[in-house]
Amino acid sequence: MIHARGLTRVFKLKKQRVEAVRGIDLDVEEGQLIAFLGPNGAGKSTTLRMLTTLLPPTSGTATVAGHDVARDPAAVRARIGYVGQKNGAGETFRVRDELVTQGRCYRMTRREAAARADELLDLLDLRPLAKRGPNTLSGGQRRRLDIALGLVHRPALLFLDEPSTGLDPKSRAEVWSHILRLREAYGTTLFLTTHYLEEADSMAERVVVIDNGEIIADGTAEQLKNDLAGDHVTITTATEQDAATAARIGAAVSSEIANGTTVRLRVANAAAALPEYLRALDAAGVKAVTAETTRPTLDDVFLTLTGRSLTDDDIPA
Amino acid sequence: MTTFLRDTATVLSREIMPPLREPVGLLFTMGQPLLFLFLFGALLDGAMGASWQWFVPGILVMMSLTAPMSAGYLLLMELIGGSMERLMVTPMSRTAMLVGRTMKETVILLCQAVLIILLALPLGFRPHPAGVLAGLALLLVLGVGLGALSFVLAIRSAPGGTLFYMVMEVVLFPVLLLSGVLLPVESGPAWLRVAGQLNPITYVVNAERRLFSGDLVHPSVLHGLVASLLLAVLGLWLGTRAMRRGV
Repeated sequence: MIHARGLTRVFKLKKQRVEAVRGIDLDVEEGQLIAFLGPNGAGKSTTLRMLTTLLPPTSGTATVAGHDVARDPAAVRARIGYVGQKNGAGETFRVRDELVTQGRCYRMTRREAAARADELLDLLDLRPLAKRGPNTLSGGQRRRLDIALGLVHRPALLFLDEPSTGLDPKSRAEVWSHILRLREAYGTTLFLTTHYLEEADSMAERVVVIDNGEIIADGTAEQLKNDLAGDHVTITTATEQDAATAARIGAAVSSEIANGTTVRLRVANAAAALPEYLRALDAAGVKAVTAETTRPTLDDVFLTLTGRSLTDDDIPA
Repeated sequence: MTTFLRDTATVLSREIMPPLREPVGLLFTMGQPLLFLFLFGALLDGAMGASWQWFVPGILVMMSLTAPMSAGYLLLMELIGGSMERLMVTPMSRTAMLVGRTMKETVILLCQAVLIILLALPLGFRPHPAGVLAGLALLLVLGVGLGALSFVLAIRSAPGGTLFYMVMEVVLFPVLLLSGVLLPVESGPAWLRVAGQLNPITYVVNAERRLFSGDLVHPSVLHGLVASLLLAVLGLWLGTRAMRRGV
C-alpha cells in the first residue's frame, strides 16, 4: 500500500534550513493498522502530507496505493482518503451538502453522491445533524463528520492525522469504535498519527516511532516494549537505608536507582525476576513492604530511545 | 476537458449553495455600495449636479472592488480551517477550484450589479439599454480578475492571514479614490492625475461611464476592456499557479 524510500522534506524558514523529515523508508502492507507515534514537531504530519500528495517531497520517492506521489498525484488522490488534523467541513456549508460535494469531487454523479452522503450520515450517526452548519456541532460530532468526508469514495487506504486529539474520552472512544468497525467491515488500511500513547498501544498493530524527522523504532507495541524497554519491578522498603541496600543488590541485574524508600529495577521478565529478587533481599535482611511488577509503556520505549519522555512538552524547535 | 467542466460545476454548485439558501446575506455584503449610492450619490447630485449617469457606473466598479474582499476572506477561512486541505486531497482539478470559485463570485457580482441598477432607476438613473449589457459584461471581466487576485492574496497570506487584511486595507481604498469612482480625478493636481492614470481601475470606470451612456465605440471603452482583460489574465495565471503549487 505504501512504499517510501528516502523521503525527505526540507523547509526554509527565515533563510534557515529546517529538515522536518530526514530520509524515511517505510513499507505498509494492505490491511494494516499502523500508528505513527512521536512528539509534536517530530515530522509526523509532514510525512503524512507528503504521502497524501499535499506536499511535494524535497527528495526521495513514495508509492502510495500503487502510484507515485510526485509523478501521478491525481491517481494517488483518487485511491486514498485523508482526515486532516483540522476540521474538513467548511463553516458556511451544511453537513449533508459537504458530504454530497465530497462525492462530486470524486466524480460521482449527483445521484450517487447523494445516496452515499445519506449512507454515511447513517453510518456515523450524523443523520439528525444533516442540515446544520459545522460550527454548530460538538467536537466529537465534527470529528465524525471529518471521518465521513474521508470515507465518501470508499478508499482502500485511509490516513488520519491525530484523529482523536482534543476530544473528550467519550468522543474519543466513539471515534475509535467507528474507525475499528470500518476496518472490520471493509479491510481498510489505516495509517494514523497520534501522540496519545495509550491509543497507539491498544489500537495499532504496528507502531512506528518518529523523532526529529527520523524513524527510530518500528514494530508491534509488544515487540518494542520487550526489545527496548523491558519490565519493571518496583519495591518499597520501610527505611531509606534498606532501600539503598536493595538498590545495591538490584544493581546486579539492572541499573535503576533508589528514590526515597522506592527501588525500581528494569528486567527482561518481571514475573520471573521478582521472587528471586525478594529472596535475595530476605537473605540480606531487607524487608520489602510492597512489591509490584509493571509492563513498560510506549513512553518507556521512547525514553529508552531518546532519553526524553513523550509526555514532556513539545521538543524545542 | 469534460472532467474539468464537471469539476468546475462541482465547485460552483458548492460555493453558490450558501447564498442561495440565504440570499439576504448578499444585501449585507452590498452595504457599502448601497450606502454610497443613496447617501453620497444624493449629496453629489445636490452639491455638484453630477448626474446619476456619471455616478452609478462608478458605484458598480466600486462594488466589484469590494466584492473580492469577501471572496478572498472566505477562501482564507477555508485555508485556515481544514476544508481547503480536504478538497486538495481529492482528485479534483486545481484550476477548476479557482475557476469555479471565481465564477461564483461573478454570478453574485452580476446579481448585485443588476440590483444596484434597478435601485438607481427611481433615483433618476437612465442608462442606455445596450450599454447596460456591455457594461455588465465588462464588469464581469473585471470581477474575474479581481476575484482571482484576491484568491492569490488569500493563498499567500495563509495560514496567518495578516497579509490579506493589510493589503486589503492599504491597497483597496487608495485604488478606489484614485480611480475617480466618487469624485473626478481630472479636477485634482497633476500628481493625482498621474496616479490615476497608472491605476488600471480608472480606465474601467471611464469605460463603464461611456457604456452606460450609450457611447459604445468610444476609445475609453477599448482602454477599459484591455485593462480588465489584463487584470483577468494576470489573476487567473497567478491563481492557477498558486493552486497548483499546493496550498
